[in-house]
Amino acid sequence: MPMAAEDIIRLIKEGIPGAEVEIEDLAGDGDHYAATVISTAFAGKSKIQQHQMVYGALGGRMGGVLHALKLTTMAQRP
Amino acid sequence: MSEPQVFDRIRDEIAKHDVLLFMKGTPVFPQCGFSAAVVEVLSELGVKFHGINILTDPDLRQGIKEFSQWPTIPQLYVKGEFVGGCDIIREMFETGELGQLMKEKGVTLAAAA
Repeated sequence: MPMAAEDIIRLIKEGIPGAEVEIEDLAGDGDHYAATVISTAFAGKSKIQQHQMVYGALGGRMGGVLHALKLTTMAQRP
Repeated sequence: MSEPQVFDRIRDEIAKHDVLLFMKGTPVFPQCGFSAAVVEVLSELGVKFHGINILTDPDLRQGIKEFSQWPTIPQLYVKGEFVGGCDIIREMFETGELGQLMKEKGVTLAAAA
């Protein structure tokens, strides 16, 4: 079952307060997204930890209802 | 709570193979675009790796997600360390970090053709 982009953004922002989230529906099918998450909470953390924080915010949906989310994380805008 | 039995098998595989990819399908015939992308990156780098097809093993498929605390496949391990999934591997390849990591860990890279 696909997931709406707004729901993904809301969950990430709830899990990582203050995060900026940009999302793109890659295939237009509500099932393949690319997300960029920018948050100072990522500072000093490894890429794996950063992605785990986002997956944590999505609360187990990643790999389940949310099939494909290409993730880019950064502590600040380049 | 005791940990799943499959964790022992996972540790064993990780110890046996310097570069290990848990993937959907096989290196010759990947069955998911994300797994295929990582196979391509490793081939490009000239890294010898062992692929484990989690599609044929439901215990392993669930177990590796819990073991790594990572919800998706593929997952790459280098010398016992979880390096990441598809997005991280691709990003590290593009920045040159992945090749660097392989060298630091003492993994042999084939000379670029």
